[in-house]
This record gives sequence, structure tokens and C-alpha cells, in this order.
Amino acid sequence: MSPEPFLGDVAHTPVRHHILSVLVENKAGVLARIAGLFARRGFNIYSLAVAPAEGHARFSRVTIVVDAESAPLEQIMGQLDKLVNVVAITDLAPRDAVERELLLATIKTDVANRTPLLDTLGNAGAAIIDVDPGAVTVMLAGTPGACDALESALEGFAEVELHRTGRVALPRLGRADQA
Amino acid sequence: MQLTGAQALIRSLEQEGVDTIFGLPGGAILPVYDPLIDSTIRHILVRHEQGAGHMAEGYALATGRPGVAMVTSGPGATNIVTPIGNAHMDSTPLVVITGQVATGSIGTDAFQECDITGITMGITKHNFLVQSAQEIPRAVAAAFHLATTGRPGPVLIDVPKDVTQSMMDWWYPATIEEFDLPGYRPEVALDGDAVARAVALIAQSERPVLYVGGGTLKSNAAKELLEFAERTGMPVVTTLMARGAFPDSHPQHLGMPGMHGMYSAVTAIQKSDLLISLGARFDDRVTGKIPAFAAGAKVIHVDIDKAEFNKVRQADVAIQSNVAAALRALDASSATPKDLGPWWRTIRSWQAEFPLAYDAPTADGPLRPQHVIEAIAAAAAPGTIVTAGVGQHQMWASQYWKFEEPGTWVNSGGAGTMGFGVPAAIGAKVGRPERTVWCIDGDGCFQMTAQELVTARAEGVPIKVAILNNAYLGMVRQWQEMFYDERYSEVYLSADLPDYVKWAEAMGCVGLRARNLAEMHEVIKEANLINDVPVVIDFRTDSSEKVFPMVAAGASNDDIMVHPSQRGAK
Repeated sequence: MSPEPFLGDVAHTPVRHHILSVLVENKAGVLARIAGLFARRGFNIYSLAVAPAEGHARFSRVTIVVDAESAPLEQIMGQLDKLVNVVAITDLAPRDAVERELLLATIKTDVANRTPLLDTLGNAGAAIIDVDPGAVTVMLAGTPGACDALESALEGFAEVELHRTGRVALPRLGRADQA
Repeated sequence: MQLTGAQALIRSLEQEGVDTIFGLPGGAILPVYDPLIDSTIRHILVRHEQGAGHMAEGYALATGRPGVAMVTSGPGATNIVTPIGNAHMDSTPLVVITGQVATGSIGTDAFQECDITGITMGITKHNFLVQSAQEIPRAVAAAFHLATTGRPGPVLIDVPKDVTQSMMDWWYPATIEEFDLPGYRPEVALDGDAVARAVALIAQSERPVLYVGGGTLKSNAAKELLEFAERTGMPVVTTLMARGAFPDSHPQHLGMPGMHGMYSAVTAIQKSDLLISLGARFDDRVTGKIPAFAAGAKVIHVDIDKAEFNKVRQADVAIQSNVAAALRALDASSATPKDLGPWWRTIRSWQAEFPLAYDAPTADGPLRPQHVIEAIAAAAAPGTIVTAGVGQHQMWASQYWKFEEPGTWVNSGGAGTMGFGVPAAIGAKVGRPERTVWCIDGDGCFQMTAQELVTARAEGVPIKVAILNNAYLGMVRQWQEMFYDERYSEVYLSADLPDYVKWAEAMGCVGLRARNLAEMHEVIKEANLINDVPVVIDFRTDSSEKVFPMVAAGASNDDIMVHPSQRGAK
């Protein structure tokens, strides 16, 4: 599979954002320490996702999308690194990362009028995961840009309940600087 | 060997070489106070938990060893929050132990419960809520390791009551690996390239200044600083947190920079072409208006904490290192600036034109606060330790006392905590009982923590306290006079209420008062003869005295205001 093209900056993301993949000790209060640090230093968080780290019960991985406008990235990383429970920080510039997030949405619509919705879902590559006579629930696992596009498209429908997870990311493969 | 958690806690503190705990017992910490009876550790029973924290800070700043405080849960814990915040701002190594309600009660709003680890998250280097007795040795060992290595700071250990009451098998971590701190790497290898680039910048410089901060004292680098300064011939300034890192009597020392710094120190920085920052953090009280701060200077920034680099001022060369190791590396590279003759001639002309100045005292009083400090200093034993509260008296103490060695100046820098002086003096005297300890205090500060003089008398800690009593919150008064059209709002305290002499006597101290020059010399002599109980002197000083030089908040350091008597010259 060829690497996906860089889609540029997207509506829900600051102009200069960075993705920090932060390995932390899986201890009580770690998330509060990170959130508290960002709050008291005036750093902005755009999204944050947490899950146990691969193969380690002791560690979790926190993926933080930060606004590199609110403070220099060097400051954010330097202060974050001082948290004793932070084990490692990987900085991913958007160009150097593959990013994905999950969008779930429930759209109220009766069975007779679903054609426009199905077109929209088809165009976005979203899947229907739950249905009843009055509504459908759909999901899209995609780039933040694709999720933004679907979110915009769904604004035309009457009643939508929509949740997004915030993104996770890994370094893009095959970059010259990784060779 | 089976121990209770409480016994293990005391034993762990003994293992860390703790000789003194400053504290006050209460419900949740009660189990730990029982084995304390059988310990060799001295406990200083304070009258308020804030006193315990500042005493531990004074102890740490005077001895270089971590200060230890122990208090109970809830209000005991919240009362020590201010000292923890103070220690965090000044990177003072502190280990604070708080009792906590039993683990089963946490989160239920139990009696004297508070989330002290949550409250202190942003003002500790790290904190622990210990979950089992078996974990106590690891928490204590890790706390001392964290508090004293890298950039030092306060560490809090919160210990629930059931944890100290339950049994454990005694052990103690023998290696750093057993501390279980996978994310903590305080020491980094010195970057040889950065050192080489620093040497190149030094070689090009004609107007360098060594900007010495508290990190120089924290890394015990006074000897390295003296060697480097003397070999290179560079001028030295020492910040409020670094007073004593370089002898005030040394001809290369220009004194303190900043808002109330020496004219020559402030101006030398402004006109420098190379600023070598040694464990300093470009605090706003030093820089003034940041874009105007040393605008023509290249910056070499040495700090153990890489988050300090480019936080306030972009560094041309950043060297992550403790100051001592960085200075040794620079010295080994024979870093040498150009001929500093012209630079020194300029600096000497500033020193001659704008020394520290105050109006001559009159025989009948009121006393000049600056003169009182000079008179105390002139009569003080060599090596006397000086502590201060926060405000005018603190600035005058830093300006007029001559500090010759590390550990002799103990004050609250970054946080600016009023009331720091008296308890810090007690802590310093406990840590270095052979030294004379003077607290230069203000009347406002004294009233905040004076009750600890009861502690001092009861525990046999004979400190000396000089209250520069100008009947005002003096520094606030100065700002209202200068920047608020002399509209004095809520700054008057009265010189006579309280009666400081009677108050001192009620606390078991000797109380003295001086209203004029003759009394001033008399009471200083008398105070120096008393070595068994604390002495408090009420010096009646001139309310209208202001601290000069001064750079107004947010103004450029180029707009430094000197003493009125010198203004025609400038």
C-alpha cells in the first residue's frame, strides 16, 4: 500500500499542531498530572487518547495533539518530560505521521428518507453499525480530515449525536529520515 | 524483620541520614509519632504547620541537606502548602510527610481528609500516595533521591493511617533501579559540541557578564565559579537566590542584578555582549521588560533543567548540566574572552558614580533601615547566617549585608512568601547550631509567623530577630507612593500595635527596642551577648524610606531609578 497523501491542515486542528506520543507509567493520577501541567502552563490540548501500551501492563500510551501556537513545542516537551511518571516522549509532526481517529454518529431518520444519508455515508466510506426504524448509527475510522468532512456533511441532517475519540498516530513509514 | 508501617517510615528516614524533623502531630499521622520516641531523630514541635515547612527550608538552604517536615492530614497538610510552593519556586530540597485518612475512607469526605497529592501536584517535583506498608521504604528512598538530584525540589509523601498501622517485612532499596522511577533521568552527559560553541562565543566577547543564579549554590559550584571568574577576569553578578555563591568582597563582584539590583550589575548586563547564565532562570524580577533585557548580548545558558532553555530568553548556546560540571568543562577548554580592560574601566565608572546610597541617619531617629543592617553586619560574627522575610527589608538585607560564602543567605525568592524569615532562621540555626543566625524581618512579615519564636524558645534555638519596624507594609507602601499617586490603601500597620517587646517577652524571648542611634548600637551589642534564648529587637525605622535602585515592574532595565541624591548625575 502506498503511503497516503498528506491532507494538509484540517478544520478541527490548529494551524501548527504536533502529535506527542507519550509513554507513561500506568499509575493513579498520571492523567491528572499531564492535564494539570497543560492547564497551569497555558498549553492547549486539542485531543487526547489514552490506552495501555503495547505489551506492558506497567505503561500506558497517551497521544496528545497539542497546539504549537500556544507555546513552543520545546517548552511543552521539556515541561512534560519533567513529570516523573513520563517515561518517553515522541514528537510527530503531522507530515511525518499517520493519524487516525474514530467517529461514531447516530442520525435520526425514518426508513423512507434514508437515501441522502446513505449517499453521504457512501461517499465518506462510513459504515452502518446499528439500525432501528427511527435512526441509524454509523462509524468512520479515518484521518482527522475524513472525520471532519463527514461531520460537516452530517450537519445537513436534522438530529445528529456525534462522538469522536481524538486521534492516535504512528510515524509514517519509508521516510528518508528513517532510512 | 516485621515492622509496622510507622516504624518502617521512621527507620527509612534514619536510613536517609535524617537528623531533624520539623512537625506537628495529629490524628492521621499519630501512628508515626509513636516510634519517633525511640528514634535518634530530633523532632522540633512547631506551633503552626507553615512554620514546619519554612524551618525545613531554612535547614536545607543553610546546610545543603534536604529538609524534612511531618504533619497530619487535612488542615495540617493544607497549612504546609505555602512552604511547599515556596520550595518549588526556589528549587529547595524538601521531603514532606503528610498523614492521610485510612485507604478505605479516601474519597468519602472523612474527618480531616483532603486530597493533598492533588493539591500539591503543581507545586511539588513529585508526590506519592503510599498504598501499602511494604512500599514505604521505596517511597522514602525515591523521595530523597528526587528531592536532591537534578533540579532539586519538594517531594511529598502522603501516608494513610491504616498503611502506617499495618505490618511489613523490613527492606530498604539498595540501588536506584529499586526506586522504580523509569521516567527519571536527572543527569545527562555534557554536550561537548555545546561547550565548544560556548568557548567560541567567549573568545569573541569583549563585554561578558557571569549571571550567577541559585543553581550555582545548588550544585556546590562556588569553588568552580571563583576559579573560572578569576582565570577569565569576567565580572560577576549574583541573583537574590545566589547571594553568597561569590564573595561580595571580591573585586570582580558587581552585586545583585534586577529590580532592586546594583546600578553597575544591572547596567553591566544591559550593555554586555555575552551573558553567561549559570543556574539562573531569567526571572522577571531580573529581566524587567524582556525584549529590552541585555538586548545586544549573546546568551550561554547553563542549567540542569532543559525546560529552562528558551523559556524566557532564546539561548545562543544551551548547556544542560549542573553548573559545577559545566564550569569545569569550560575551564578545561581554557575559554578566554578578549581584553576586558575597557569593559572594566566602564564598569568601574558606574560603580564610582552610582554606589548604593541612603540619606545620612540622624542621631535622634527614626533609624535608617539600611544603616541598621550595616550596623548589625558590622558587629556580627564571621559566617553569620542571615534570613529574611519578603519586602523592603529583604532587599535592603540583600543589598547591604556582605555575603562571603554559600549557605549564609536564606530567603524566599520566587514565591515571595511573607513570614518566611523567623521559621527559616530557626531551621537554619537547628541545622548549623555553631553559627549565629540573624533574621532581618519586617513588621508585616513578623506578624505572620512570630508564634514560632515559642518553638525556638522551647526547643533551645537562640536566633536573633531584627524587626525593621516602619509601621507599614513597606514595599506595598513604596509602590503606592511611586505608582499610585501616594494613595495609601490598607498598608498602615502601626509601630506600637502590637508591642513587639512585650510580645517577644511573652514568647520567652528577650525583647529590645531602639528608637535612636545610641539605642541602636546598644541593643545590637546586647543581642550579641545573649546566646541562650532568642532575641527580638524592635528597630523603629523611617516609614518613608524606599528601596533604590529600582526598575519599575515591566520597565526596561535601562530605566533604572537610582537614589534621589544621585539623580542629578544620571
